[in-house]
Amino acid sequence: MITLLMAMIRESLAIQHERDLVYCRNRVKEVAVKMGMGIVNQTKLITATSEIARNMLIYGGGGIVRLEVIIRGKQEGIQLVFEDKGPGIADIQKAMQDGFTTGRTLGMGLPGAKRLVNEFAIQSTLGQGTTVKILKWKNG
Amino acid sequence: MGTELFEILRKNKEKVLQLWLQAQQTETEFSNNFNTADELRAQSAEFVDLLLSTIDESNIQDFSPPGLESLTDYISSLTISRARQGFSPRETATYIFTLKDALLQVLSEQAGTDPMQLYKASMQLSKFVDNIGILSFETFITGREDVISQQSDEMAELSTPVIRVWNGILAMPIIGTLDSARTQVVMENLLQGIVDTGSSIAILDISGVPAVDSLVAQHLIKTVNATRLMGAECIISGIRPEIAQTVVHLGIDLSQMITKATLESALKFAFNSLQLEVRRIQKDKAN
Repeated sequence: MITLLMAMIRESLAIQHERDLVYCRNRVKEVAVKMGMGIVNQTKLITATSEIARNMLIYGGGGIVRLEVIIRGKQEGIQLVFEDKGPGIADIQKAMQDGFTTGRTLGMGLPGAKRLVNEFAIQSTLGQGTTVKILKWKNG
Repeated sequence: MGTELFEILRKNKEKVLQLWLQAQQTETEFSNNFNTADELRAQSAEFVDLLLSTIDESNIQDFSPPGLESLTDYISSLTISRARQGFSPRETATYIFTLKDALLQVLSEQAGTDPMQLYKASMQLSKFVDNIGILSFETFITGREDVISQQSDEMAELSTPVIRVWNGILAMPIIGTLDSARTQVVMENLLQGIVDTGSSIAILDISGVPAVDSLVAQHLIKTVNATRLMGAECIISGIRPEIAQTVVHLGIDLSQMITKATLESALKFAFNSLQLEVRRIQKDKAN
């Protein structure tokens, strides 16, 4: 029954300001806690969310986060899709390298986020925007 | 809307004001907020004056051209002052929309009998007043947002206290999210605290920070570096197990910094480097 209720969670959060990041993180945390995700996985997911959402805000000019609870077989997890209509990423391979940045940050955001979650997919078209999809299993 | 209609409205300014004041009295209970009816009357008269002298054929179609500044400025300041006086948004909106009723009534009484002309004029006039309402609403929201951002600034200021735990040792507990603006405050307070107290060790406790992502880590590294430039040492304490794992997975190297799991161990480390010792007092056996 709880699983069924969790499956109903599907929502979109807009990221336009830095304060939206805080709300987005808190919302992801709420859902993760409700699901019974352990504190380590929770922190990993929240940190990955924070990285990607901030990237979206800084480089993509803001966008939308779609939060969804996924059930696959006996596993349940949280899926987040980050969509922006920004300039896009010219070289995804480079962007996924540790320490690569076009800004003045550490350059660990995207590659770091990938290591923190179970599934990670990135798609980008120059001039059209970027979509990042991540998934974290409850016990993954 | 023809020029003659504007003339009609201008000529019947007193009538508009009269009807508007009546409408205000029937629509809402204004009595509590305004000290005197005179004050309300004066304000309303000013509004009607300005509105009727500003409105013309070109700007009734389009609410944005130059020439409307005096009106838009007036509406903004009116909204803000009403909000400060304790009017609810609903009251202010009613205040503006009852003006529409007054204007339309005067128009229908004086503007002749051509229904098509009257219909067009009413539509334009009502759209114009609607725009005033929207502007007032926007101003109201902007005012609220200013208050919120002001409060969050105050919160950032309040929530980053520098505590002198010992002679030469400062501690700074950080609660909440460490964003760029916050880091700036933290860094300023910490560095100033080091100068003011002549401390050589600063402990930055992040027990209350919910997540350490690469930006927070970068801010921490900067703070530590700045502290070192001042000739003091900065210890980061309150690294929880889940934070430690996350930082490692992220691939951030914090090994150049002195980090401790708890404030207690950071304090012990600080005592050690200042060659201080905390001991239990041994009771003299002779007594």
